[in-house]
Amino acid sequence: MNILLPALSPTMEQGNLVKWLVKEGQQVNSGDILAEIETDKATMELDSPDDGIIQKIIVEEGTENIPVNSPIAVLKVEGEDEDSSSISIVEEKSTKNHANISNDIKSTSVSMSSIFNNQVADDKNWTEIEITMREALNNAIAEEMELDEDVFLLGEEVAEYDGAYKVTQGLLDKFGSKRVLDTPISEHGFTGLAIGAAMAGLKPICEFMTFNFSMQAIDQIINSAAKSLYMSGGEINVPIVFRGPNGAAARVAAQHSQCFVSWYSHIPGLIVVAPSNARDAKGLLKSSIRNPNPVIFLEHELLYKEKANVPSENDFLIPLGKANVINEGSDLTIIGFSMSVHRILSVLPEIQKLGLSPDIIDLRSIKPLDEECIYQSVKKTNRVVIVEDGWGNTSFGSHLSYLIQSNCFDYLDSEIIKVSGKDVPMPYAENLEALALPTKEEILSAVKKVTYKN
Amino acid sequence: MAKKISNSFSNKELLGFYEKMFLIRKFEEKAGQLYGAGKIGGFCHLYIGQEAVVTGILSSIQSEDTVVTSYRDHGHILARGVDPKYVMAELTGRKDGISKGKGGSMHMFSKANRFYGGHGIVGAQVPIGVGLAFAHKYRNEKKISRVYVGDGAMSNGQVFEAFNLASLWSLPVLFIIENNRYGMGTAVNRSAAGKDLYERATVFGVEGEKINGMDFFEVSQAAIRARDHIYENSMPYVIEMDTYRYRGHSMSDPATYRTKNEVNEMKSNDPLISMKNKLMKDFKIKEDEITDIEASIKKQIKEVEKFSLESPLPELNELFTEVYL
Repeated sequence: MNILLPALSPTMEQGNLVKWLVKEGQQVNSGDILAEIETDKATMELDSPDDGIIQKIIVEEGTENIPVNSPIAVLKVEGEDEDSSSISIVEEKSTKNHANISNDIKSTSVSMSSIFNNQVADDKNWTEIEITMREALNNAIAEEMELDEDVFLLGEEVAEYDGAYKVTQGLLDKFGSKRVLDTPISEHGFTGLAIGAAMAGLKPICEFMTFNFSMQAIDQIINSAAKSLYMSGGEINVPIVFRGPNGAAARVAAQHSQCFVSWYSHIPGLIVVAPSNARDAKGLLKSSIRNPNPVIFLEHELLYKEKANVPSENDFLIPLGKANVINEGSDLTIIGFSMSVHRILSVLPEIQKLGLSPDIIDLRSIKPLDEECIYQSVKKTNRVVIVEDGWGNTSFGSHLSYLIQSNCFDYLDSEIIKVSGKDVPMPYAENLEALALPTKEEILSAVKKVTYKN
Repeated sequence: MAKKISNSFSNKELLGFYEKMFLIRKFEEKAGQLYGAGKIGGFCHLYIGQEAVVTGILSSIQSEDTVVTSYRDHGHILARGVDPKYVMAELTGRKDGISKGKGGSMHMFSKANRFYGGHGIVGAQVPIGVGLAFAHKYRNEKKISRVYVGDGAMSNGQVFEAFNLASLWSLPVLFIIENNRYGMGTAVNRSAAGKDLYERATVFGVEGEKINGMDFFEVSQAAIRARDHIYENSMPYVIEMDTYRYRGHSMSDPATYRTKNEVNEMKSNDPLISMKNKLMKDFKIKEDEITDIEASIKKQIKEVEKFSLESPLPELNELFTEVYL
């Protein structure tokens, strides 16, 4: 077989043969060092690919700029034909023609159909009770834990303390310390542990006391939870829900007030959900727990106390990836999620006073995104305002306005206006904090601008 | 020592472990050559020199036990019994690769063989492996999670967090520190304060020891001790393996941070040669039997190579599949 000059780094194209450590006629074993090769970076050793005799040295030592993969010696291997090289004999059947990717490929985007399908429609006559979002989340967890032994809950203060925000109140008493676990303040560790448990088939609900602390564990969330299914060729799925309060609460300042919608919706492999009310919170959390993919479930502390009528049946689910049109109109479309929905609703009377009736879309799921619902509305109203609490720089809202302009370009009668959080760390002072978030005035002004009511 | 082991394993079993070591060695040599020929891309971290660790641990594993490791994972997935042709086809980035060509050298998994990766981020596999142990305990299974970690990861914060959780929650996990003396190019004494690395686990109440990781029999005995300890005490255990990689950190590492003398000295302690000698001397296994095994592995590696080069590239549609289930 021919011994070829190897590529010893991804960028190496040629090398120098510094020194032969064997002579013609010498017996060598597989793995023996044959020569020293100088690359663009360093001097490396070349080992013998097989047992045999060095029949011929083709390239003398001291030769420079030898192209990678050119023969430098011949190794006579017992039982092998003179001219056969196990490497070069195998002609690759796979071609390296990448030119026609866009022609050959059947689909040009990730299929999320499995997430959209297989979900129960929200159209039954439910028995509804008025409860807070906190209670709705608690009920969702309790019901799913009742139904499925593999579901367990872990996080800081979720058990004996009853939850820092009382979302997990009473669950320890109901399910015991095997299934409701207080963790140390050790996000990186317990998040990785939860992901490992999910890889083994359990269905952890991993609570972050607030999503700010998920940054301690963000490598595990992105590199381990989100990517494992893909990089294992479909072998390892991670059925896990990461949940907790997200966004700005009240007067907790920069390190405890930020929205992670843009961060996590950037990541392929993650589902991102952000409910605005108790009913959606219950139905979406139950769907998230049942989903076989990693779900980022973003709650809002200021909404925990808000009440809504919520079905008490344990088969009540809200499908992931389905937006909700909470106000139907014809003059413009206003899009929000989680807390920003309430900011929009707070200016609705003033919008109506202007003689305008808006479609208000509560996205509920950020990823997958209910694009059909959005485009249908925009094609009807031709005008769009997006409201998000997070920073506007390279934000989810920015991407959403791109999607709308590229899918509804001919239908737009105005620029799209995005009202975002200001590009500053969250200040502590009450007046500055209010100003850092989308204000009523900004939303109203955006509405006027896209409808030419200025 | 040899006598004690001979009570535990038949000659046939011992030959099986030698065969596994030899397979890993030859597989890795071939991977190195295919990398040199441009057939394998990206990062490629070879296991040559450390084979006694994974094979010695293998001698204590039940088939239902789980294993997780870092990016230097070829030897570990082969030890778990995955057909080498699928591992090599992953290295060549082909359709028939164990991860369908989407994972590469550092990201290989096999649920059927209880192998949970193959993790490219230093230290990340350690809490994940503790999570596997959590699942075993949660389901009342008599299984142990074996977590391999390199010396380089031993200063990574999540590893300490994982030790704490494993001990706090009494989880059935064996931590195997593969101390091959260098985290990439940085010698252990330049990265880790204190004495032995395993003591970083013992402070959390995880019992452990440091052993010679270049000898199959020593590793096997320690692995069995560790298994029994975990069964009896329902607590984790840690073994630090004093081992060595002959090659650089990855294929493109010339390893100028260590001397040739040091490498040659370690090679004179080669785990394959020493096991082979012991099999002949202490267990009266005939050399022919061993060379027959070696010949059949060499033949197998040629088939593996052929398979890995003949398998087609993944279909382009694979780009968008398996992002979500």
